[in-house]
Amino acid sequence: MNSTATELNRKVFLTLISIVVLLCSLLLPNTTYSQVDTFEFDTEEQQDRFRTLSDELRCPMCQNSSLSGSTGGVAEDLRREVYRMIMEGMSDSEINQFMFERYGDFILFRPRLTAGTVFLWFGPLLFLFIGGLFAFGIWRRARKITDSDTELDKTQQKRLQQLLGDKT
Amino acid sequence: MSKLSFYLPVLGFVFVAIALWRGLYLDTKTLPSMLIDKPMPNFELTSVEGSGVSNLDLPDQIFLLNVWGSYCLPCLIEHPTLMRLSEEGEIPVVGVNYRDQQGLAIDWLADNGNPFSFSILDESGRFGIDLGVYGAPETYLVDANGVIRFRHVSVLDESVWQEKFLPAIAELLEEGS
Repeated sequence: MNSTATELNRKVFLTLISIVVLLCSLLLPNTTYSQVDTFEFDTEEQQDRFRTLSDELRCPMCQNSSLSGSTGGVAEDLRREVYRMIMEGMSDSEINQFMFERYGDFILFRPRLTAGTVFLWFGPLLFLFIGGLFAFGIWRRARKITDSDTELDKTQQKRLQQLLGDKT
Repeated sequence: MSKLSFYLPVLGFVFVAIALWRGLYLDTKTLPSMLIDKPMPNFELTSVEGSGVSNLDLPDQIFLLNVWGSYCLPCLIEHPTLMRLSEEGEIPVVGVNYRDQQGLAIDWLADNGNPFSFSILDESGRFGIDLGVYGAPETYLVDANGVIRFRHVSVLDESVWQEKFLPAIAELLEEGS
């Protein structure tokens, strides 16, 4: 009896430890490893824009990594282009447009809102709505049950009393 | 109502299952080109051979634009097909020497043969960006007006030529006549 109790305590302890470790790992800085380019910027704002853009543009030749996290040849060229365009004073949307015209929706990690991407943007909301409908239905049915079905009528009450009476 | 609440989840399951099943076989690596039905981007560069080249030097007929590099192993696989096409005069082939070095490119052509009317030298990859290139080999089909009509990513061998390029060319010829 005692040994199962300590066994249980040990399991609870281990579970708690792993939860704490997992939570701590969430607090660690979650930045992707950035390629070291020797780009020099005039202002910090330009540098920030460069970082954001190369994080939000996808490397066309490597699946699912951004320009900043990729050593691929095209990624290197595209980072250089982003740098050039920032230094020429182009806006973020102009730079995104430049990339879109050449590589399409694929290159934008934040896809634009078009007829083709509507489902991508609002699909989750649609699913939330459907789930909400189901949840609402279940909740309503549950409420109905507590209101009427759980009440005992007189004969049922009597029978209940009898059963309880028998025990005591 | 009870019928609906039974069939709805079943239908939902079937729908999701089909979507995921299809997803297993989707080709997510081949990107559609954004330049289909758009004119070839403008360029004023030098050729691998060292002379100045621009859009004016492109053939006045349907031609292939092949992106290659001396470092590119799949390019060696498609090379015999490109050689045959240009030697038999089936279609002119223009090269884009992509992210390569001029010396290496010249040696590669000397070693393997040169199927290209000329090769645009794109050491920096800047022209490749305008084309939407993401890696050699890629082959574009360009019509007589200099408009890009089709792109094939990766090796262009005889079967790709037969199955993809010939029908695309036949379509272009039909619409031209």
